[in-house]
Amino acid sequence: MISKGLFKKPKNELEGHLRAKRTSDPAIPTELCRSCPACKQLIFTSDLDNHFQICPKCGHHFRMNARQRINMITDPDSFCEHHPDLSSINRLDFPDYDEKLTQASLFSHETEGVITGTGMINGHQVALFVMEVNFMMGSMGQVVGEKITLLFEYATAHHLPVVGFTVSGGARMQEGMLALLQMAKTSGGVKRHCDAGLLYIAVLTDPTTGGVTASFAMEADIIMAEPEALIAFAGPRVIEQTIRQRLPKGFQKAEFLLEKGFIDGIVPRNLQKETLSRLLALHSIPKGGDEHGSL
Amino acid sequence: MEAYKRVALARKKTRPTGQDFIDNIFTDFIELHGDRCFGDDPAIIAGLGYLLDMPVTIIAQERGNNTKSRVRRNFGSPHPEGYRKALRQMHLAEKFNRPIVCLIDTSGAFCGIGAEERGQGHAIATNLMEMMSLKVPVISVVIGEGGSGGALALGVADEVWMLENAIYSVISPEGCASILWKDPSKTKEAANCLKLTAQDLLELEVIDKIISENHRDFKNVFQELKLSLYKSFRKKQLVAPEVLTQNRYNRFRKYGALENTNHPEN
Repeated sequence: MISKGLFKKPKNELEGHLRAKRTSDPAIPTELCRSCPACKQLIFTSDLDNHFQICPKCGHHFRMNARQRINMITDPDSFCEHHPDLSSINRLDFPDYDEKLTQASLFSHETEGVITGTGMINGHQVALFVMEVNFMMGSMGQVVGEKITLLFEYATAHHLPVVGFTVSGGARMQEGMLALLQMAKTSGGVKRHCDAGLLYIAVLTDPTTGGVTASFAMEADIIMAEPEALIAFAGPRVIEQTIRQRLPKGFQKAEFLLEKGFIDGIVPRNLQKETLSRLLALHSIPKGGDEHGSL
Repeated sequence: MEAYKRVALARKKTRPTGQDFIDNIFTDFIELHGDRCFGDDPAIIAGLGYLLDMPVTIIAQERGNNTKSRVRRNFGSPHPEGYRKALRQMHLAEKFNRPIVCLIDTSGAFCGIGAEERGQGHAIATNLMEMMSLKVPVISVVIGEGGSGGALALGVADEVWMLENAIYSVISPEGCASILWKDPSKTKEAANCLKLTAQDLLELEVIDKIISENHRDFKNVFQELKLSLYKSFRKKQLVAPEVLTQNRYNRFRKYGALENTNHPEN
């Protein structure tokens, strides 16, 4: 009974930590342990790091940053970042926006809300974008829109499939209409890539909302989602305020979208690399057959 | 004029709505209903008519002009089937080589259970993508309130015009004030910061033209729109479809393109 032993041991240790917390002040260092928002149990950070940031107790997917995702999805040393130094300016002189940008880059250690580049997924060359939840909730301003459009243009020119991980609170209101228009701009990039007969797979992660849902997140040929990810145009709070009624449980979760027919499948993080590479392999034979003219 | 005054004018109850613009600009209008998937959305009116001697496709958001019609029109907030109806008409226009006029007037795409269940995000995204490659001329005019993605879903056009007292914004000033400052009393300040007036947006090159208005009498507005639309379509009909779609792509490609962004390490 290997599994029993595996689960039992950390639990006892954690209970010890809990007791320690109640009796004396020096609590568990947060860098060692985290509490799972779904099952409320304490989990070792190292266990999370070794298991795709998935709760070993209940399977809850913790939010993860863009660099962690890139390491998880791409083959070692294959990722080559594009435009890493593009950063936003406060074109509308919106109050407090400059400070917010500074805070966001200190907090996330990134220059903007998306990382783009090329890399290999089990040997398949792809153009990859991964949005960063820690940079102003992955909101889309001009730089996010520009980097994503540049990536689609690059992929179209180099005949590459695009794989994209979305996480976003929507259009960045501090950039006003210039942020909203990024929805149209990125959609133009996706459309040209699509018309060139190239594959685009999106993986929607928690939360994907607003202007990103209503543009490139929902425009992919194949749309995957992480378990229980919130995927919405209008967030649940906005809807509750508008219609003044409580929303049913599980509303706007990935499972709900699957049932309603808006996503192709739900893939837990530990299976994402494999699933992506299988899909890429199925699309890697040129149209009209291979060089011998047959399939 | 202060931005919030424009917001109030754009939302004024006596302001002409989409149907009034259709009645006063086009002749022989025939409304065509339904998205062929789920239903017909009264918040969007779509159909055919003549612009002087030119057959055109018209798609207009409609708020309603009295309590009963406002309820029926859902106050001009479309559901996904409204956007799908619009797209169906746009594809028909493409098939029969008709220019398309979109009249934008909505506080936003509807936020509700049914709208989410039927894929509001998906419907808007599909319109953005498909409008980008329509092979016929498209002109969108913001006639009242241009509310976020729900407005942009009819706004991917060769030219975007605004009435003098119309607004076009990423979020309503009320929403901005309550989300960003957690203080609904800062609505006026938010309206200023968002740069949502026609004058601001012309400076930012978000729109191409302002139609001046006397907000008590819209006769001149209708007349000017009729002539300007006609002239612009005549010009655009001479342009090859590939050039037309390339120009449309470039029009939206320029927002936030590399020259507007900082290169701190270069």
